[in-house]
Amino acid sequence: MASRRKGIRLSWVDCIVFAALIAAAAYVSYRVDSVLEYRWDWSGIPGYLYRWDEDQQRWVANLLMQGLFTTLRLALWGIVLAAVIGVLFGIMRTAGRLFPRMLSRAYVELIRNIPPLVFVFIFYFFISSQVMPLLGVEEYVRNASAGTLAWLEFLFGPPKLIPNVIAGILCLSMFEGAYVTEIVRAGIQAVPKTQAEAGLSVGLSDRQLMRYVILPQAVQRVVPPLAGQFITLVKNSSIVSLISIQELTFLAVETAVSTMRMFEVWITVAALYFGVCFCCALLFNRLERRMAVTGP
Amino acid sequence: MRFPKGPHTPGKVVIEFEGVNKWFGEFHVLKDINLQVRERERVVICGPSGSGKSTLIRCINRLEEHQEGRIVVDGHELGNDPKSAAAIRKEVGMVFPILNLFPLLRVVYNCMRGPSNAGGFSMAEARDRAMEYLARVRIPEQAEKYPGQLSGGQQQRVAIARSLCMQPRIMLFDEPTSALDPEMIKEVLDVMADLAKSGMTMIVVTHEMGFARTVADTMVFMDAGRIVESAPPERFFARPESGRSKLFLSRILSH
Ligand SMILES: Nc1ncnc2c1ncn2[C@@H]1O[C@H](COP(=O)(O)OP(=O)(O)OP(=O)(O)O)[C@@H](O)[C@H]1O
Ligand SMILES: [Mg+2]
Repeated sequence: MASRRKGIRLSWVDCIVFAALIAAAAYVSYRVDSVLEYRWDWSGIPGYLYRWDEDQQRWVANLLMQGLFTTLRLALWGIVLAAVIGVLFGIMRTAGRLFPRMLSRAYVELIRNIPPLVFVFIFYFFISSQVMPLLGVEEYVRNASAGTLAWLEFLFGPPKLIPNVIAGILCLSMFEGAYVTEIVRAGIQAVPKTQAEAGLSVGLSDRQLMRYVILPQAVQRVVPPLAGQFITLVKNSSIVSLISIQELTFLAVETAVSTMRMFEVWITVAALYFGVCFCCALLFNRLERRMAVTGP
Repeated sequence: MRFPKGPHTPGKVVIEFEGVNKWFGEFHVLKDINLQVRERERVVICGPSGSGKSTLIRCINRLEEHQEGRIVVDGHELGNDPKSAAAIRKEVGMVFPILNLFPLLRVVYNCMRGPSNAGGFSMAEARDRAMEYLARVRIPEQAEKYPGQLSGGQQQRVAIARSLCMQPRIMLFDEPTSALDPEMIKEVLDVMADLAKSGMTMIVVTHEMGFARTVADTMVFMDAGRIVESAPPERFFARPESGRSKLFLSRILSH
């Protein structure tokens, strides 16, 4: 499959559209300037990304970058966990036995029919009061040796915030896991029945059949919708700012309020989110093409 | 070509149908089937489309379940003992009418899945065995390709090798050449003829009457869910007994 790039040739329609876009942008910024009497001032913004620490004599991440790192951690772990949840429940959803099928169905319907915010509030209450003490995260972090602590910091961020971040990860992945479940289910059901028959006829058990024959094909089929869902997950990670998880959106609110530089801060934050999501999209595109090459 | 009929020591009965009936919902697809297949016997089943040929042989490895009567395969009665399906499938290989190799696995891994997962062999042993059978179907050089890179005839030969890797005692073929272009049919039939020569017990659903004539010990003709006629090929082709088989033969042999 040769995908040749189309040459860049501008027609006059392209030119008009382009000019219209520039005019619109200019108009908006003019209105903000004149009507809202907003005085643009970008000078403080870089300082909220990185600041010079006099004590340590080096540059350290300031609020916005700290938030971005937390968001990245949330997104990464969220994706991993949501994928695990999605595959497990997706398989259960197509199981022959009634109980796993019903359990999975109940999970998916429950989450799909509640607004994300409401779910997060309820679930967070449950997590922070029940699950976190059960997991003993706080205690574990407190008693961790220096070596482990360094690893934990790399994986989950500043030790003080680890319980906070883990709660966020659990919320986010439980929520997105439901959508991944549906995607995986669709993928499994799209694998032709003849593949299952071929597997059974060489003596594979149901479990081996799922693991070696059905699931790989299902996953290959659902890479595009899955990529979309993971990017949604990155964006939706901002929801957990409402339960005080100190990620990008949460810290952006603080920064915006304390600096009064509303537009500058939020535009910067938007750019950061865009950068992350766009990189994800490019990554998934490459993955998709790679998988197409090794496939049939 | 005159095919040397196998060493004709008719072995013990390995497949037995006794008064088997099957319904798809209201539709009575298999009607009072009685059939015996002996060790090393080659049975060719033919009949018009929709007569229940596929359903019949799919009952043997339990891809379909019958509702009435007894099916005994290699000493196991199907349906009574829950472990039987997996056990039976290790003894019974099957080649399907459509191309259904595992598309994401290289040819050699297609053949290794069965032995390494269901047969309990190490990967190295499974690979040796896969290569042995790929050589038997005359495509060892394609081992590292993906199924999509092979022609239809090659894919069907890999499918045969994939089944043989489990070293089954019985092989079922459900119109293995029906999805193939004419020039590829012969290479698949040749491999099947080799297999017959080696003494494999085979049940073959096919409309390739040349193949049937040379390889079959027994011709079975089905129509509307019944076995209408069952005879050695010499008699079946020269003097078909029922009107339906006469009509079927005249249609199929006329082109
Ligand atoms: N899963 C099913 N559910 C309902 N009806 C079915 C099912 N499978 C097959 N049938 C019907 O049973 C009848 C016999 O089907 P079968 O596939 O055994 O025929 P066949 O002799 O193999 O035909 P062909 O030569 O076209 O392959 C057909 O009328 C078919 O429509
Ligand atoms: Mg058929």
